[in-house]
Amino acid sequence: MGPYPPDADRMVMHIEFVALVKQVPRTGEVEVDPETGNLVREGVAAQTNPYDLHALEAALALRDRLGGTVTALSMGPPQAEDTLREAFWMGADRGILLSDAAFAGADTLATAYTLARALRDIPHDLVLAGMQTTDGDTAQVGPGVAEFLHIAHASYVLRIEEADRREVCAVVDAGDRVQRVALALPALLTVTREVNQPRLPSFRRRLATRDRPIETWCREDLAPPEGEEAYFGLEGSPTWVEEIFPPPGNPERETWRGRPGELTDRLLAQLEEWKYL
Amino acid sequence: MSVLRVAYENCDGCGACVAVCPFDGVVLEEGVPRFGAGCRVCGLCIDACPRGALGLPGEEDAGDVADLSRYRGVMVVSERAADGLDPVTLELMGEGRRLADALGEALSVVVAGADVDAEARECLVHGADRVLVLDHPSLAHFRPEPYTDALEGAVRHALPSIVLMAGTPVGRSLAPRLAVRLRTGLTADCTSLEVNERGELLQTRPAFGGDIMATILSGNHRPQMATVRPRVMPRAGRLPVTGTLERLPFRPDPEYPGRVLEVREKPAADTVADADVVVAAGRGIRRAEDLDMLHRLADALGGVVGCSRPLVEAGWLPSTQQVGLSGRTVRPKLYIACGISGAIQHVAGMRGSERIIAINPDENAPIFDVAHHALVGDAYEIIPALLDRIEERGDARAV
Ligand SMILES: Cc1cc2nc3c(=O)[nH]c(=O)nc-3n(C[C@H](O)[C@H](O)[C@H](O)COP(=O)(O)OP(=O)(O)OC[C@H]3O[C@@H](n4cnc5c(N)ncnc54)[C@H](O)[C@@H]3O)c2cc1C
Ligand SMILES: Nc1ncnc2c1ncn2[C@@H]1O[C@H](COP(=O)(O)O)[C@@H](O)[C@H]1O
Repeated sequence: MGPYPPDADRMVMHIEFVALVKQVPRTGEVEVDPETGNLVREGVAAQTNPYDLHALEAALALRDRLGGTVTALSMGPPQAEDTLREAFWMGADRGILLSDAAFAGADTLATAYTLARALRDIPHDLVLAGMQTTDGDTAQVGPGVAEFLHIAHASYVLRIEEADRREVCAVVDAGDRVQRVALALPALLTVTREVNQPRLPSFRRRLATRDRPIETWCREDLAPPEGEEAYFGLEGSPTWVEEIFPPPGNPERETWRGRPGELTDRLLAQLEEWKYL
Repeated sequence: MSVLRVAYENCDGCGACVAVCPFDGVVLEEGVPRFGAGCRVCGLCIDACPRGALGLPGEEDAGDVADLSRYRGVMVVSERAADGLDPVTLELMGEGRRLADALGEALSVVVAGADVDAEARECLVHGADRVLVLDHPSLAHFRPEPYTDALEGAVRHALPSIVLMAGTPVGRSLAPRLAVRLRTGLTADCTSLEVNERGELLQTRPAFGGDIMATILSGNHRPQMATVRPRVMPRAGRLPVTGTLERLPFRPDPEYPGRVLEVREKPAADTVADADVVVAAGRGIRRAEDLDMLHRLADALGGVVGCSRPLVEAGWLPSTQQVGLSGRTVRPKLYIACGISGAIQHVAGMRGSERIIAINPDENAPIFDVAHHALVGDAYEIIPALLDRIEERGDARAV
């Protein structure tokens, strides 16, 4: 991979990075209204999905080292602009928000389609996504985008080892194993928190990007081809939420008393039942 | 990667596509077209097909309800561990069997990989009605692109109504690609599944970091796909073999864009924050040597040892193992607190654990307020006796 010495063609390298970033409600603040069964979201503060900061950092760090541009791409309501502003403060070059009433109610399939559709018009060599969001928790959007684009992906990236204009090499979590993989670009990675430590938004960049516009694209801008008109939003979502309810609270605390031998037996049986033994 | 879509339900295997293709991009296999690397997506075959069974990706018909009935049965996608079938497969099969019985339909299991005969047999002896084997050297290591192609083939061959996959890093990397390929719904990390009278899969899962539960349906599409959280469902047991084994053809694309360079055992989680099981020690543990019993218990359970702050201050354990406000926040599946009082600063770092067991002789210890299982007793009596019992069983192997 790459020329030797490593920065021989650094000056000429130009890699287009895209980070997928989403605005999510702060965790621990979402509740179900016991009366209506609806999500109480009013007054809940928003933040950038924490995993996506790692995706953005990965893109920024590679750009700083290799050359190129970083585009932050988000789909969401108009206030998701805040997340793209934050991306500017961290160092992103370009911010694009996909926002349209027609995108509302998208599940992971429709979200992945919408992001992939936009990516057709955004130069991309390496797309970086968070491992998952803290609201949806699905980890499905990244791989879905890759499939819509017919490009390779790796999920749960623990480390990005090297990249050049042709290939990226990464270490990924594969359950009981780790894999080192090489993917031909364009490719998509979803990153874990282990991959890096996100930089803080800088005040200097905040001033410098004050007038930088965030591009907002609507459904018309994405110009779906014939046959794909209904792939967006609620209409394009095969899944629907039938019911939402609070989690069963901690099951009534069970207090176990008895002779040590009895407690040991019960503990053993419990650990076996849970399949730890 | 397969680029053209085949509506296998409409295909009668006439071969008009093969005859018209100028690039040798398509062959008939088992009577249905398979597109290979030669395909240039020129579209000649789409026009040549007398039954309109071919199309470009995305030209999917909306799948009206009449079509849905063609999809029957539950399909489980097996997963392999370093040493054979991953136990999560048996959990999927246990759940798959229950759902299949509720529907009065069959349970099939897909085994994809290289040299997977032993795994395929394992599935048969655990009650699969049908085992579909995709055995090919290019499936030796998991990569999403070839695996998506392989599984797409299996789904289009068997047309299951429900597809269950493991909620593991591999399953959750593969399932979303497959769902997009099939243009169907996918629900992540389900902890409970049921079917209703219309054969729709009710998929329940935690969302918002566990703050809420949601039941999700994708009843107007087939197959209905879900990944299932490991260690939640009961495993399928051994049964007399009644099922059949089928080998499916797999024709890899010679130009997959990803390669596996190396596979390594995962280093054991070195900080408490990553571990599935944390055995935590507090000041109730009186000497550094006594931590040995907790290390042994952690090993037996496949976990790591964590601790409260005083033990770090005493220099018994590194600060990476401290749980709490000024240490790590942990959310393991199982947290066993031994000799920890449950000070608010400690609890702040572990209350999100899925299951909490606390051992403490002091009935009023605040740790019992967050524990699910409160063992009023002496860790010095309970833990060594537990270790003896585990050893007696002869397999202290972590699953
Ligand atoms: C700003 C600040 C930050 C802090 N951050 C943290 C932090 O991050 N993490 C943290 O842990 N603490 C933290 N602390 C300290 C915290 O307040 C407590 O002091 C500490 O958690 C107590 O540890 P402990 O439960 O192990 O010890 P103790 O409170 O001394 O409790 C020992 C327990 O062991 C039980 N016991 C005794 N013998 C046995 C036996 N044979 N078998 C079983 N149980 C037995 C006792 O009944 C008792 O409940 C912080 C404090 C401050 C002020
Ligand atoms: N609406 C969105 N806009 C931009 N990126 C998104 C959006 N939804 C999901 N993503 C990306 O996909 C990742 C996984 O999300 P999820 O599948 O919802 O868990 C996130 O970490 C983001 O990088």
